[in-house]
Amino acid sequence: MKNLNLITAPLRKANPITVLILGICSALAVTAKLKPAIVMALSVTVVTALSNLVISLLRKGIPSKIRIIVQLIVVATLVILVDQFLKAFVYDVSKQLSVFVGLIITNCIVMGRLEAFAMAHKPWESLLDGIGNGLGYGAILVIVAFFRELFGSGTLLGYQVIPQGLYDFGYVNNGLMVLPPMALIIIGIIIWLQKPEEEK
Amino acid sequence: MMDTLGLFFRSIFIDNMVFAYFLGMCSFLAVSKNVKTSFGLGVAVTFVLIVTVPVNYLLDKYVLSAGALSWINPVFADVSLDFLSFILFIAIIAAIVQILEMVIEKFSPKLYNALGIFLPLIAVNCAILGASLFMQEKHFDTVGQSLAYGFGSGIGWLLAIVGMAAIREKIRYSKIPKRLQGTGIAFIITGLMGIAFMAFLGISF
Repeated sequence: MKNLNLITAPLRKANPITVLILGICSALAVTAKLKPAIVMALSVTVVTALSNLVISLLRKGIPSKIRIIVQLIVVATLVILVDQFLKAFVYDVSKQLSVFVGLIITNCIVMGRLEAFAMAHKPWESLLDGIGNGLGYGAILVIVAFFRELFGSGTLLGYQVIPQGLYDFGYVNNGLMVLPPMALIIIGIIIWLQKPEEEK
Repeated sequence: MMDTLGLFFRSIFIDNMVFAYFLGMCSFLAVSKNVKTSFGLGVAVTFVLIVTVPVNYLLDKYVLSAGALSWINPVFADVSLDFLSFILFIAIIAAIVQILEMVIEKFSPKLYNALGIFLPLIAVNCAILGASLFMQEKHFDTVGQSLAYGFGSGIGWLLAIVGMAAIREKIRYSKIPKRLQGTGIAFIITGLMGIAFMAFLGISF
């Protein structure tokens, strides 16, 4: 039961993006379309989970003075693996994500969880915590991407969702949604809606 | 020469790190509460970018990219080490930040006191690694261009965080819906500033 909480807490009341304000850096530019957002969410989940696991296994052997550089090396290695994997299997998405896959290294969520959780907990719990935080991050990414793609391009995952009839009727895609700043405003609104839940 | 100058202004206004690519957002939102500290962080970021981008450019040009090693021996013409770029870039950045910290502490204790607490944070600032990765993607011709890009990105980031801090200092006295206070409104302001910065898009240098 306690372990289940490790996964569910980051989804809502300890959400890394809306509550802790971590990991906004590398991700918002990828939310104009749903597909890259999902790929990005999965990549970050894999990296957070595995780096949490590795650091937690190593935690007794890492001298605390050089822990940041050890953590960076572990994370960078995992990110290289993810990047090569994406290049091999979903090349077009990997092109769209461009430098943002590399920027997972400096994603504050990854480093934050390593510092705050994996350095002090057992491997299994750290793995779950990593998965939970990755998913909490991914959930926000997917929500933002959903609205931006739906209203910005009228499609979801590339399929036309808004019927042609509406366009004939005079409906126009909201071009503003495709621009990067809208992602920030959508997150602002999500925080606004989520606040009362947090206070309970 | 004009190219380099154009690149400099482009990276300040059009390809602004914060408003166009959302890089360095974590420290941007956390530190932008008053103008003085945000100016300090902005200067520190600019400083680190000026050093790391050209160094990583040389690393990329002479070690990492495809065929780059052929200056040692033509045999290496087929070797491409670019899969190592993430790990080497971040190692270089962490090392340079560490060295800068020591050098500044030794030669200018005053500057060290002003920048001191920010320097270690900068190693994991996405804007720094982001600038190096964008530099790699843009395939610059000369070191000068990469220097202009690093400098411009730093100034752009400084401009963004100081502007944001100025707005947040004023906004303290405004009536904001209770649930939006703090981070919520900060996100929305950043979004609006981003839209304002898009006005520069039409300008070509």
